[in-house]
Order: sequence, then C-alpha cells, then structure tokens
Amino acid sequence: MKKKNSIMRSIAAAPHIFWAVLFIVLPLIIVVYYAFTDESGAFALENIASLPKYAPIFGLSIELSVIATAICLLIGYPLAYVISKAKPEHQKILVMLLMLPMWTNLLIRTYSIMAILDNGGIVSTLFFDKSLRLIGTKGIVIFGMVYDFLPYMVLPIYTCISKIDKRMWEAAADLGCNTFMTLWKVILPLSRSGIISGVTMVLVPSISTFYISQKLGGGTFELIGDTIERQFISGTLNTGAAISFVMMLLILLSLTVMNKFADPDDGGIIV
Amino acid sequence: MRKRLFRMILVLTVALLSILALASCSEGGTEEGETPVYRDGDTVYLNVYNWGEYISDGGEGSLDTNREFEEYFNTYLSAKYGGVKVRVQYSTYPTNEDMYAKLKNGMVAYDIVIPSDYMIEKMIEEDMLYSFDVTSLENYKYITDIFRSPYYDPDNRYSVPYTYGMLGIIYNRTVVDESDLGSWELLWNEKYDGDILQFNNPRDASATAMYYLGIDVNSRNPEDWIRAIDKLKEQKSLLQGYVNDEIFNKMTTESAAIAPYFVGDFLTMVSEEENLDFFYPKEGVNYFVDAMCIPKASKNPEIAKEYINFMLTEEVAVANAEYIGYASPNSLVINSDEYREYMNTEYLAPTYDDEGNMITLGAYELLYDRKPEEVNAAYNALFPDKQSPACYRSYTPEIQILLNDLWEELKIYDSTETWIHVSSASIVAVVLGFAAYSIYIKKKRSKHYRKKKTK
Repeated sequence: MKKKNSIMRSIAAAPHIFWAVLFIVLPLIIVVYYAFTDESGAFALENIASLPKYAPIFGLSIELSVIATAICLLIGYPLAYVISKAKPEHQKILVMLLMLPMWTNLLIRTYSIMAILDNGGIVSTLFFDKSLRLIGTKGIVIFGMVYDFLPYMVLPIYTCISKIDKRMWEAAADLGCNTFMTLWKVILPLSRSGIISGVTMVLVPSISTFYISQKLGGGTFELIGDTIERQFISGTLNTGAAISFVMMLLILLSLTVMNKFADPDDGGIIV
Repeated sequence: MRKRLFRMILVLTVALLSILALASCSEGGTEEGETPVYRDGDTVYLNVYNWGEYISDGGEGSLDTNREFEEYFNTYLSAKYGGVKVRVQYSTYPTNEDMYAKLKNGMVAYDIVIPSDYMIEKMIEEDMLYSFDVTSLENYKYITDIFRSPYYDPDNRYSVPYTYGMLGIIYNRTVVDESDLGSWELLWNEKYDGDILQFNNPRDASATAMYYLGIDVNSRNPEDWIRAIDKLKEQKSLLQGYVNDEIFNKMTTESAAIAPYFVGDFLTMVSEEENLDFFYPKEGVNYFVDAMCIPKASKNPEIAKEYINFMLTEEVAVANAEYIGYASPNSLVINSDEYREYMNTEYLAPTYDDEGNMITLGAYELLYDRKPEEVNAAYNALFPDKQSPACYRSYTPEIQILLNDLWEELKIYDSTETWIHVSSASIVAVVLGFAAYSIYIKKKRSKHYRKKKTK
C-alpha cells in the first residue's frame, strides 16, 4: 500500500468515521454509562438486577417478532424468486412496486392501518357491521410488522437470487433436476446469505418496535420498545438504558448465532 | 487498516467526550446571544410558550391574538417602555413535562408559559417562576372568585388562570343505556365489554379508579395506589384499549362507546359525531387549571405582564375561549352573550321541550352550569382537611417509582395468549430442525468426498 493512497483513504473515510463516532459509538457509550449507574451517577448494578420482572415483555416481543419474521420469509421468498425470474424490464417495475409503500413514512402507514381496520373503520363498517375487532389483538400487531418490514426481507433475497450464475440453473437441469428440485437443492442453499440478512433486517426492527404495538395493539400489552420509551418519558433513564443494553446484547447474540449459518465465502454480511 | 480505523475511532471518541465534558463545565456561564433573539435594536422579542392549539391564532377567521397584542402594544404602550416595539415569538409544547424539561435546561428564556396547576406548584417549589403581585394587573379583577388564591398559588404571586376543565365520561347514546349512567362504574360495566377506552398514562388511569373507590388521588400511601391498579386489572379484559389522542378518532368514528376525557375535548368530538354525550360521575372528578406564568429567566417581565393583562381583555379572552373550547375563569367571557351564543351554535346546541325547558345541555351549560366544587361535593367530603382534593398535586419520588412499577405490572397482566407460544415455539423448532438437517447433510457429503479422495 502506498502512503499517499492511505492518506487519501483516511480523508475519504473521515466523514463517515466522524458520523459513526458521533451518532453510533458515543450514544452507545452513553447507554452503557446510564445502564450501570444510579440517579446520582454512582456505579450500580440495580438497574440490571431489576430486569427479570420484564421477562414476560421480552418474551412476548421475541415471540411476536419471530412469528412475523417467519411469515415474512414464507411470503417474501417466493416473491423474491418470482421477481428474479421475471423479464428484466418487468423486474424493475416489480421492485419499484415493492418499494412503493416505503415512499410513505412508516408511522403514517401504521396509523392508516389503524384507521382502516379499526372497528369504526372502512373494512369493519362495510363488511362486518362494525363488529370486527382487530385493533388490540396480537394478530394485528404481527400483521403490522409483516406489512411494514416485508420489503426488507424480499430485497436481499431478490439480490442474492439474481446474482446466482445462470449456468447453475442450466447445470441443475442438465443433471436431471426438475424446477422444484433445482429450487430446493441449488437455489435455496445459494441464497442462504440473502435469507439470513433478510431475517436479520426483519427480526431486529420487529423486536424493538414500539409504534406498531402502540397503535395497533391498543395499548393493552407492551413490547420491549414501548417499555423503553415509557422509561425515558417518565424520567427513569437508568432502567431504560439497562433494558436497551440487555436488548442489544440479545440481538448481538442472535446475530452471532445466525452468522454461524451464513456462508463463510460471502462473509460478514451481518455485524 | 482495521487496526488504524479502530484507533481513529477511539481517538475521535475521546476527543468528543472531552469536548462534551468541557461544554458541560461551562454551562453555568454566559448563555446570552444563543439562537433565540431577545432584542434587536428597538424591537423586543416576547417568547410565548404554550400548549398546542391553545390560543386563537387567526385561523378560520378568528382573532390573531399575538398580532393583536403587537399592534396594541406598539400603538399604545410603546411610549411607556421607551419606544420599543414588540414582536411575539410563539412556540408550543405537547405536555407539562416537555415544557418543564425545556425550561429546566435553560436553553431559551421564555417570557410566558401556561402550565397546569400541579406543575406550577412544582415550579414554584423549585424557584423557577417570577414573583409579582398578580392582583395588581388592571384586568385581574375579571377572574372569578373561585380561581383566586388557588392551592398551588395561595398568595396570588405567580399565576393568572387561563382555562380550566373537568374530567368526565364521554359515551355514545346509541350504545349505552340511560340507567347505567352517572357513576364511574360505567367503565367497569361488563355489558360494554370491548367498547370501553382508558387513559394510556398511569396518573389519569389510576385516578379514574381512585375517584370510583373514594381514594385520595394525591395519596402518599402505597396501599392506595396498589388498590387502584388492582381495580384497573379488573377492568383490563373489558377494554378496547389504553389510548391517548386516538380517543378523538375512536369516539367520533364510533369504534368505541365509552371513554373518560375532558369536557372541552368532548365539545370538539360532539361537533363531529352527534351521538356522543357526556356526564360528570357522581363520585368526583379531576379538574385542572392552566395558568399564565412568567418564568424567572424572562428578559422582559414587564412586557410579559402587559401580555397577560391583554389576554384578560374581553375581546381577546372571548376569542381564545371560543377557539379552545375549554372553560374560562374570566367573568367577561362567562357573562358574554356573544360567547354563549357561539358555544351553543358552533359546538353543541341545547334541546328544549314544548314548554321551553332545556332537556339536554348546550356547550355553554355543560362548561359553566356546574362548578368544580359542586361536582366534587361528595369527593371533597371524604377529605375535609384538604384543599381542592380532586386536583392532582405533584407526587413524591417514591410514589412516582411505585406507580411506574405498578403500571408495568398492569401492562404485563394477562397479556399473552397460548397460540403465540405454540406458533413461535413451532417456528423455532422448524428452524432448529432445518439447521440440524443441513449440518447432517454437510457432514455426510464431506465424508463422501473424503472417501472419494482416499480412493
């Protein structure tokens, strides 16, 4: 490596590093600081020790987001496959259609789901004589997660499948695989890294969401994101920071496990 | 490269941290000349900090209060203050706590804030408000007697009442039977399973249970709060949800039929959905007062006083009361025929029988016919030694922490369902099974290849 080259590199990287330090590293340090201190600023472990009582909330958040991720994968994989098999000019349109909802802000989309599916909303009034009760159930929260995060599942898988060498398909066919067997034995294993990054990109925001559960869940139950939000609003920063800290550890742990399954050749897609 | 990157991050972090530390050290020093402008030549900027939608702002043909004040001041009062001109800089906050936090960190020196009673009490305790004899204001005489010397400001040294309001229950006439009305019990009535809403904040929600049970809403006894939350747990299965602002949408689209809320907001809802109705529960209700105060940091307290005085004049006070829809403590407003007429046509019209007797109340009657102490007579009698027992007071840190914990318990209570455990467990099982299967296949294959190689 030439010296000049490396100076150029650090200059080019400087804005990002500055950004990362200011908005990622520093906030992380602050979170850890608050998680391990009490209100007077002295070192304390009580915040972490008080966490077991939140176990049911952690459990519910994880369960709901696991279900939502599974549904996303079940819907998203075939969709990604279909898009990648379409004609190139159609592909562009299909991807754009997939991205289209994301042009509207997530909060607005969630709020409109609430307005549409509420028992005084359009669907209930037209078809169920206002007797349909969806808002406030866990099912509708899962639906909200799937609706909001589906593109994050489809896009990485689509990218992954369309990168697969065309000759692989031909080779599979030559060796006697029908369409299904090609999919099962060749395409699925080769798109593993796409699946894993898709799963990550859906699972992580679903676990930590608070807006979806607040608006669609009717406030009768809390996910971990709601709990953190409430802690910060009511001024108990230390507990809030402790929950966030443990949450981050859990996510890091699950990502590490998932990384084990990622293709070592593709390397470092996650973390 | 990676090492170098890491070192760079480390160095930058340390540098930033030290800058932050330095910044926090110098916080006590001069802050003047920060972003907000207080004076520019002859122009003095008056910083008014108010709730959202809480002043007549010129929209829909109403009076533009702030512009009117500027004009009035610059025409008539300018000479008294050495020829300065005033410009009002108006901004809004969503909750008392937001306003408090912003004032506490002292980034902006506001000249006018309009907090609620308990917050005023807290701010007086913390010496955040400018003290003066409010009765010396020319127009203070219009404030009705019951709002003078309130519990939070007994000597009238900090605050001038702006609006007040009472809590009650909003219900849908087409759903709720008349025989079920009158009591907080309606919120616990199993007949309306799934039609009931509750506040999504610990203070207001537990208060509904406390009025119902006859408990002091400012109790310092943990037992009382535990009892209140237990009562809320009982209610949880009947609820459609815990809500904040969504209540407007849910009540006006008839998604829900019963909700506790303030009478002023009911008037806004009823102008959209006429099946709604309102009553004050007999056990007692919360009532609040929002009052104009001058923060201690104000740069122009004298001009701020002129502003407060201006807000009490008839035209302005009526315009504000009409715009906001909350009750006014100003006798000029209460006695204004124009105002009564406006409220009973724009918000809610009363209905009369053949002999001209009012059967249902109009907006004006709902707001003013019953005084807080009258609505709360039964409740006040439970606590004869306390002043305004139905008003919230700021609570002690111990109660704050306890209430947070109890609220969490309430949210966790009865919050999961079997199908969630079953389906998430089966998904995890499938994933683990698949992982095990692929590892098995991999092993088998590599064994196969090794065999081939050795051949």
